[in-house]
Amino acid sequence: MTSAAAVSIRNVSKTFGKGGTKALQNIELDFQPGEFVSLIGPSGCGKSTLLRVIGDLVEPTEGEALIGGKPAHQARLDRDYGMVFQEATLMDWRTIEKNVSLPLELMGWAREKRRDRVRELLELVELTGFEGHYPWQLSGGMQQRVAIARALTFNPSLILMDEPFGALDEMTRDRLNLELLRIWEATSATVVFVTHSIFEAVFLSSRVVVMSARPGRVQKVVEIDLPYPRTTETREDVHFFELATEVRELLRESHSGRDAAPEGT
Amino acid sequence: MTRLRHATTEWLPALAILVLGLVGWELAVKAFGIQKFLLPKPSEILTAFWDQRDILWPAGWYTFTEAFWGFVIGVSFGIGAAVVLARFRALGSALMPYFIAASAIPIIAFAPIANAWFGIEKSSKIFIAALLCFFPVLVNTLRGLTSVKPQQVELMRSYAARDFTVFKRVRIPTSLPYVFASLKVASVLAMIGAIVGEYFGGSQQQLGIQIKNSAALFQFETAWAAILVACILGVGFYLAVSLAEILTMRRYPSAERARR
Amino acid sequence: MRRVGYTGASDCGTEYVVTVNVLKRVGIFLLVLAATCAFYMGYRQLFLSTGWTWPFKVDQYAMPRLQDIVSRLWEPAATEQPPLAQLLVQRALFTAREAAVGFAIGALVGIAIGVVFHFSNLMRRGFQPYVVGSQTVPILAIAPMVVIWLGGQGLPVWMPVAVISAFLTFFPVAINTLRGLDSTDPRKLELMRSYAASEWSTLWRVKFPCSLPYLFSAFKVAATASVVGAIIGELPSSIQDGLGGAILNFAQYYSLDPSALWATNIIAALLGILFFCIVAVTEHFVVRRAPENVA
Repeated sequence: MTSAAAVSIRNVSKTFGKGGTKALQNIELDFQPGEFVSLIGPSGCGKSTLLRVIGDLVEPTEGEALIGGKPAHQARLDRDYGMVFQEATLMDWRTIEKNVSLPLELMGWAREKRRDRVRELLELVELTGFEGHYPWQLSGGMQQRVAIARALTFNPSLILMDEPFGALDEMTRDRLNLELLRIWEATSATVVFVTHSIFEAVFLSSRVVVMSARPGRVQKVVEIDLPYPRTTETREDVHFFELATEVRELLRESHSGRDAAPEGT
Repeated sequence: MTRLRHATTEWLPALAILVLGLVGWELAVKAFGIQKFLLPKPSEILTAFWDQRDILWPAGWYTFTEAFWGFVIGVSFGIGAAVVLARFRALGSALMPYFIAASAIPIIAFAPIANAWFGIEKSSKIFIAALLCFFPVLVNTLRGLTSVKPQQVELMRSYAARDFTVFKRVRIPTSLPYVFASLKVASVLAMIGAIVGEYFGGSQQQLGIQIKNSAALFQFETAWAAILVACILGVGFYLAVSLAEILTMRRYPSAERARR
Repeated sequence: MRRVGYTGASDCGTEYVVTVNVLKRVGIFLLVLAATCAFYMGYRQLFLSTGWTWPFKVDQYAMPRLQDIVSRLWEPAATEQPPLAQLLVQRALFTAREAAVGFAIGALVGIAIGVVFHFSNLMRRGFQPYVVGSQTVPILAIAPMVVIWLGGQGLPVWMPVAVISAFLTFFPVAINTLRGLDSTDPRKLELMRSYAASEWSTLWRVKFPCSLPYLFSAFKVAATASVVGAIIGELPSSIQDGLGGAILNFAQYYSLDPSALWATNIIAALLGILFFCIVAVTEHFVVRRAPENVA
């Protein structure tokens, strides 16, 4: 356990309600700074719960999560991370610009500084010119880009993403995967990415954490030794398929007996 | 057992407030020497409530029946009209703004004319109460009937369901929360209508007149006792509608979810 | 980059559609107006000629002619007095002031109650039954007492009526404020938690905007309630200068001059509708939402 680890998960378990569902069991994980880690597993394996434990939105029944050596609770209060959810969760009554500047308002930034930063970020996610639009005027993919911009406003060293592209069509998803990698390289943050999609996990990450069915345990961590920067060619690489197959077979093992097969089968 | 305990903890604060309120009221009147025409003591009010019960309770019941029948008539016409308009959608949506405007009219101003039409006995008050209930119930029921998600209708049609079946199985459950919300409002409006209607002209057997007369005769404890009667009846009416709502919703659990 | 959004059709196409829409609306309005008048006159004529007495006997006092009602507005209110219309508008403005103040007070009190109930379960369990029960108190009965309580405090003479108007107004606002605050999207609340936002920040930036639709729906009900409350409040308060006084006055002389009371009703109706429209228009500019999808 080094204080250099971006995220340390120490023996985290979570049970909901007294004697209720056990979502997570004895999770031990370390993520290094600048890594891109995916969490993948069958439905109900607790990956979203684990992400929320890291983000101090859910309290673990046992164990703790540390972010840059700090307890998760403190990290949340210090705003050390940005989070992107599956639904863009944009505020309908705010323009795109005001949506992105929301965290900055909370941190008390001056208006000029806010405007400049928002402009910078909208450029990063390639949405320049949409400042005055409202969320419902944008497509799903664009809304998610706004959500990503919002998560990056205060330059966090850690980004938590909970199936952000889950509700989008495949073409948009592929495009946004490339964009996400580009943004990641520009910001050099650590990313913890929850997904259902094997291809997406392998394409984006440096490591894939495969979780077992409920109660969620770490089944195996797969090293993705594909080179960065990754491109559309990477998707056609033989090694890419080998890694995807490895992940798929791990998932099939963890499923054993369950009906639903994950995406990409 | 836990349900009983749950119910007690739910109602305990309200009960505590009631006791504290009444005790505080009693003491404050005594301590500050507040005169009767400003605020009588709860004990005096309750005494008058009991002493005058032969006059007040029948009067209250009489007024309540005015409100009740007005409620029944107004609600029936309101729901009926809404059902018809839901069927002829174009007509319904064209007229909706006018119904909404009609419910914005202070119908109470019509009470003296109703008295001229029907005399000062029951009928005029029933008419006013019905008129007051009609528009809110119509607007809300129509809104409820037409706020069904398109996917639900599509699903039913994929089962080759007839219009009537769609109505019965989808629109009615969806509209129930709206209907009951408006019924609760209507119950209060009906009582208001009955009492205000009586103010413009009524006979001794009506509660509104009792309030008016006893206040005029400086019998303030009686006036407040009469107000107490009106409150009890009003609350009872409201609770009866709420009970009907709970019993009906039990048959249609999806209605609760449809509201969200 | 292509813009995705609800941009309209070509310019001249949009203009055409808008004009047709406006004409349609005006047409429907005229149609409804004509139908109402026709219904009134038709009913009157039918009952006059047949002499039926159920549900009520129709004569020139029960149902004056439409022309008489309308023309009455232009006749003097009483002998050697300005026209009735002028008098009624003055009275209406007086009542409008009471109603507006009552609306403001009631809205503020209602929102405050809603916020308190939202944050404190204890307060809600303790006081909600009484908030609901308060509406069963016949305001007509307590109006004179409110007048006495508030009289002589250096307040304007119509203030007690405004308080009574507020009494009818606060309830729908309180109920809907609570519902609106309680029904905020939990995902938005989670987002705010991830920003370690304070309760106040979350209330102001998320919960309030989310509950605006609920608030405005309550405001529309409250607008009418405030006018009704003001009129009812004037009745026993012996306040002569408002519509309530006018109603009482013309009710007294109904057998001599029925058209005056009908005309008063029309003005009162217009006042209620005006208040409602003001709220509806404000809502249009304040509440910006995505278009709904209903069948």
